[in-house]
Amino acid sequence: MMQRVRRGIAILSVLIVPLLLSPIAVHAERGDVVLNKRAEANGMRPVIFPHWFHRIRFRCKVCHTELGFQMRAGSNEVTMDEIVKGKFCGMCHNGQIAWSPDAGCGRCHSGLPGLKSGITGNDETKGPGHW
Amino acid sequence: MVSRVGAGDLLYPIFFRGALLKVSSKLKMMGSRRALLALLAFGAALAGEAWADFVPIMPGDPSVDTRRWLRLENDGIHDPTDPDLKDLQEPGDALSLLPPDYAGNQVHWPTAIEKGYINPRSTFSPTTKVVNFLDLDVMRKNTSIMPMVLFPHKKHTVWLDCANCHEQLFKSKAGATKINMWLILNGEKCGLCHGGVAFPPTECIRCHSVPRPASEYVTDER
Repeated sequence: MMQRVRRGIAILSVLIVPLLLSPIAVHAERGDVVLNKRAEANGMRPVIFPHWFHRIRFRCKVCHTELGFQMRAGSNEVTMDEIVKGKFCGMCHNGQIAWSPDAGCGRCHSGLPGLKSGITGNDETKGPGHW
Repeated sequence: MVSRVGAGDLLYPIFFRGALLKVSSKLKMMGSRRALLALLAFGAALAGEAWADFVPIMPGDPSVDTRRWLRLENDGIHDPTDPDLKDLQEPGDALSLLPPDYAGNQVHWPTAIEKGYINPRSTFSPTTKVVNFLDLDVMRKNTSIMPMVLFPHKKHTVWLDCANCHEQLFKSKAGATKINMWLILNGEKCGLCHGGVAFPPTECIRCHSVPRPASEYVTDER
């Protein structure tokens, strides 16, 4: 009996060890930011901002100094009203540098319902032991 | 979704009966504890095979590119039912053309700029004239048992303006800013960017890059 149990454990471990160690890859792209302070409360999907897309086209300092985005996650109060008036995202997303907000709400408001605001993607670190 | 050698593919052959019999007769000879250890080692070896996919690719190395990116609708945050999702660029379409890395976006961003793969705009407004670059390395020696940290201003000012870090996050005066890993891992100091956007703090040796002379290590022996 013990023999069988042991052999069972052995075979199971062969199956489980590789599963535990093998790469599991369902994650957003590193630097994707979910903005959901207001979106869902106002009946829209959460906004997803992809850093990877924007840093191919603009250096960090363009948005993080000239456009007025604070570097610290969560410290920017971005409202649709301001964007339409040409602030924040609206400085480029005005139909001249990039498509304007009326090109399709779902281009920005593309997140799954219920997402929490913050930076997502792989390897995020939000405190010791949280990567 | 993502085509990748999974552990399951590698396990498949051992289910052939003949092989299984051979293995089990061998195990009987070894005794159960040693057999268990052997099986564990075997399992770990299989996992190692699965990880072989993930060998670090050095920037500029033209070896086979094994990088894969999830499509937006599969990445766990985008809503597949969003009708406008099709208008967005897929990460793989853009990032696969850039020099490889194994961490973060799987792109070595500094090389992407240096080698001219990308040339992101430095200013928003054409009237913004001031573009600050600084070539100054700062060595931080107070790193306990870890190799010392060499901070290259040059790599940072390619992307950032002085004001992004100074004087809020970091004082310009050398040694005036308290920095430690606790703060960084909590998303403060370096962690403000390296926590979620720039390469992750799990890449220890990219910052802790300068070995200390053996004589400088403090040990309990003395």
